[in-house]
Amino acid sequence: MEELDSEPTVTLIPGVNSKKKQMCFDWGPGEMLVCETSFNKKEKSETVPGCPFIYIIRKDIDVYSQILRKLFNESHGIFVGLQRIEEELTGKSRKAQLVRVSKNYRSVIRACMEEMHQAAIAAKDPASGRQFSSQVSILSAMELIWNLCEILFIEVAPAGPLLLHLLDWVRLHVCEVDSLLADVLGSENPSKHESFWNLVTILVLQGRLDEARQMLSKEADVSPTSAGMCRILGDLMRTMPVLSPGNTQTLTELELKWQHWHEECERHLQDGTFASSPHLESLCKIMLGDEAALLEQKELLNNWYHFLVTRLLYSHPTVKPIDLHFYAQSSLDLFLGGESSPEPLDNILMAAFEFDIHQVIKECSIALSNWWFVAHLTDLLDHCKLLQSHNLYFGSNMREFLLLEYASGLFAHHRPSRLSSDCCSLWQLGVDYFDYCPELGRVSLELHIERIPLSTEQKALKVLRICEQRQMTEQVRSICKILAMKAVRNNRLGSALSWSIRAKDAAFATLVSDRFLRDYCERGCFSDLDLIDNLGPAMMLSDRLTFLGKYREFHRFYGEKRFCDAASLLLSLMTSQIAPRCFWVTLLTDALPLLEQKQVIFTTEQTYELMRCLEDLASGRPVRGEPGAQRLQEDIENTKLEMLRLALARNLARAIIKEGSLEGS
Amino acid sequence: MEEIYAKFVSQKISKTRWRPVPPGSLQTAETFATGSWDNEENYVSLWSIGDFGNVDSDGGFEGEHQLLCDIKHHGDVMDLQFFDQERIVAASSTGCVTVFLHHPNNQTLSVSQQWTTAHYHTGPGSPSRSSAPCTGVVCDNPEIVTVGEDGRINLFRADHKEAVRTIDNADSSTLHAVTFLRTPEILTVNSIGQLKIWDFRKQGNEPSQILSLTGDRVPLHCVDRHPNQQHVVATGGQDGMLSIWDVRQGTMPVSLLKAHEAEMWEVHFHPSNPDHLFTCSEDGSLWHWDASTDVPEKSSLFNQGGRSSTFLSHSISNQANVHQSLISSWLSTDPAKDRIEITSLLPSRTLSVNSLDVLGPCLVCGTDAEAIYVTRQLFS
Repeated sequence: MEELDSEPTVTLIPGVNSKKKQMCFDWGPGEMLVCETSFNKKEKSETVPGCPFIYIIRKDIDVYSQILRKLFNESHGIFVGLQRIEEELTGKSRKAQLVRVSKNYRSVIRACMEEMHQAAIAAKDPASGRQFSSQVSILSAMELIWNLCEILFIEVAPAGPLLLHLLDWVRLHVCEVDSLLADVLGSENPSKHESFWNLVTILVLQGRLDEARQMLSKEADVSPTSAGMCRILGDLMRTMPVLSPGNTQTLTELELKWQHWHEECERHLQDGTFASSPHLESLCKIMLGDEAALLEQKELLNNWYHFLVTRLLYSHPTVKPIDLHFYAQSSLDLFLGGESSPEPLDNILMAAFEFDIHQVIKECSIALSNWWFVAHLTDLLDHCKLLQSHNLYFGSNMREFLLLEYASGLFAHHRPSRLSSDCCSLWQLGVDYFDYCPELGRVSLELHIERIPLSTEQKALKVLRICEQRQMTEQVRSICKILAMKAVRNNRLGSALSWSIRAKDAAFATLVSDRFLRDYCERGCFSDLDLIDNLGPAMMLSDRLTFLGKYREFHRFYGEKRFCDAASLLLSLMTSQIAPRCFWVTLLTDALPLLEQKQVIFTTEQTYELMRCLEDLASGRPVRGEPGAQRLQEDIENTKLEMLRLALARNLARAIIKEGSLEGS
Repeated sequence: MEEIYAKFVSQKISKTRWRPVPPGSLQTAETFATGSWDNEENYVSLWSIGDFGNVDSDGGFEGEHQLLCDIKHHGDVMDLQFFDQERIVAASSTGCVTVFLHHPNNQTLSVSQQWTTAHYHTGPGSPSRSSAPCTGVVCDNPEIVTVGEDGRINLFRADHKEAVRTIDNADSSTLHAVTFLRTPEILTVNSIGQLKIWDFRKQGNEPSQILSLTGDRVPLHCVDRHPNQQHVVATGGQDGMLSIWDVRQGTMPVSLLKAHEAEMWEVHFHPSNPDHLFTCSEDGSLWHWDASTDVPEKSSLFNQGGRSSTFLSHSISNQANVHQSLISSWLSTDPAKDRIEITSLLPSRTLSVNSLDVLGPCLVCGTDAEAIYVTRQLFS
């Protein structure tokens, strides 16, 4: 067992005094049930009334808001697209694809963040406003981490471009500067704006030197005394060597140029070029990468990773990925200065700078309250072939484990919120995630899919489609059976029969057919003719169903006055043993009108067969002399038999005459 | 089909319907209604694609649809139809049929009328009623016809509290959809592959005609009637097949066209341009079928990504006596010539496309992936 990283948090269950009572629990998918037991620590103390509730405890409740549903739905599409990325794609094109996927994920997070931000502004009561705001900060942290992982693990930027990416990363996440910029530029006299120097400093800290230069020229325009200094500093900004994407210069060339530039800056500082303007002097110090000068701007830097990137920009512009963690650690230490301890976010970023992917995922799993982030990030990193070696000591590999957790959460979504339990609306998304878990996905899907409440047939059809596409025959059968049972309970025999035919459930089809036959015996007419008349090949599913279909066919022949067809069908139903014994009396009675027709319908051969059936039936009947209603019933039966015998004998006589005269002529 | 807008709305959409434009007006469609399903709380919502006064200069909201108003709906919205300009009829999985009234002045929806137990089951031997989902509704002012899983057909009038006519046990299986053939005749499709025509002038609970798919009894999920030639009917089935029927002759479909890979949830003829047909499916696709004879030259470009249809069976018996100009392009299709062009309208495959509606150059559809897609340039 791995040891725990930190003390688990304690959740208090309202109404349960765990000091006096014991609790029991049971794990469910993504949640657990907790209730009080009647076992007491000491023998007799149950005078205290217990807590009558069963609680459902779920870890990630806060995250299921309306807005986040968009995150789940949109990212689902990206996820499915990612799984379909051709394995053959190699090298550059594959990497480009993966980076694009990563950017898509991030843009979805950002879109959500923006909407959440709007919601926070529009919130009517402060409580929900706070809730939205906290969601915004969670999403923003997610995006920050994801972006860094993208740079370090997916893009795998080498020395040089690495810093450019990190600069973009910082600029994207410290974005207050843009509104400040607009504010200052919009004012009547920009250089007299109270935040003017703050703005210039931030621009320099972020390496936005062109914009900083423009601001300085505004200052130069209005104050002739400092115009010269501004020009010099502006020139320094302009001449700072930077790696541009299209440029072919080598790193060594760049380093050489940069060294020259750095010395020039240093010279200006030592010559006291900016001595008369503390603002400009501090800017120059920043551009020299002076740590003390940078730390003076703590307020403007906001956080240690901004400090790290600025520091790298002005002192180690060609930092190698492998050295990152060293600078990161020292930046963190310098920035916090022993005043505060690192937050979870700091630890996650630090782990990323150390290129420890597993640590990143582990810390994220602990810090974030839902599986969305880790599941998708891990999956993406797995597609980058970065996680191959790592196997868990339980379940499958890490990617699959996290995806399963996330997908199970989708299936559990909303479920326990009501007793009617007819809501779990994200389950369709979960199906695709299970599909892409090769080891345990199928089993998990089988377990989850059976638990989806089937409120309407349409929903059932959607679930069935999912099962049929995956050849989950057992689940298909069980769903159809549930629907067939429901239909029987609702007295919808036609529907019930349809469902059992779809499930190829012979036993249930027999049961429903019996209900049809019983109804017929009671009422003397068939219901649901539209179905029974159109059974087609489905009729072969069970003997009873075949009998039902054929018996109905007999009625149709009779109705259409096709007496000969009707007669031979009736006879074959008995001789082929398809008709259940209990139904023979009915069938023989049905033969009566045919026997009484003017023309002879049953041939001698057929009449003999009928007689044999009749005698089989009569001899098989137990002779009992019981009183009352049963006796009466038996009398009626006997009368019926006598009538049949008579009719058969008369028909036999007519048939013999007819056949004899036909042959004779 | 370059401009198709998607918007995620945080609820699974079961139905989308354009609000009809007033007769004779030159306006294009700009308001549509949606219904949701399978959510904790379901809604009937009205959306507008019209331009708002304060559209962003950089076109941020251009073309995107905005929520006008919504109202809670008890149970899944199984079907949705505009009764007139202001009223919407919704069918619920609770068996309830509700008429919602839209107040354009303050942009709200309210319940104007409700038949709470329009569809119900009666258990064996017990008088207790349990609700049965209402699966389809169709309106023809002032009449509203509903069908349900209970195999029942109800005829309501907007101004009557009780059903004007009820056909109990009209079908032994589930009725999936209903449409008007010509007043007072209606068409229903059921879960054993049958198409039934009912005449409200006749008493009793027998249909006046039954047409059916042969053999496999594949459930039919949707039905639409040709807007001008009332005998031409299209249905979509569980196997994703599109069937074209001529209800005047035969009891079998005129043609069966292989279409989607899973349940076809809706089929619609274009109301004013009926050589065009639209279908959507559980497999996440939305198709545009073009059977117009004069396919323009640009079609090869226009139909990129589309596919040709395959004719599986064809059985027009005797068309010689029908005047040539009256033959619908859907019936006269020559199996030797693949004249129907099919275009896929959605950029990428998603979860089930549950519903679509077309009006003029506009199309709207809703999916289980909780997105609503709108395009305003169908025939560009």
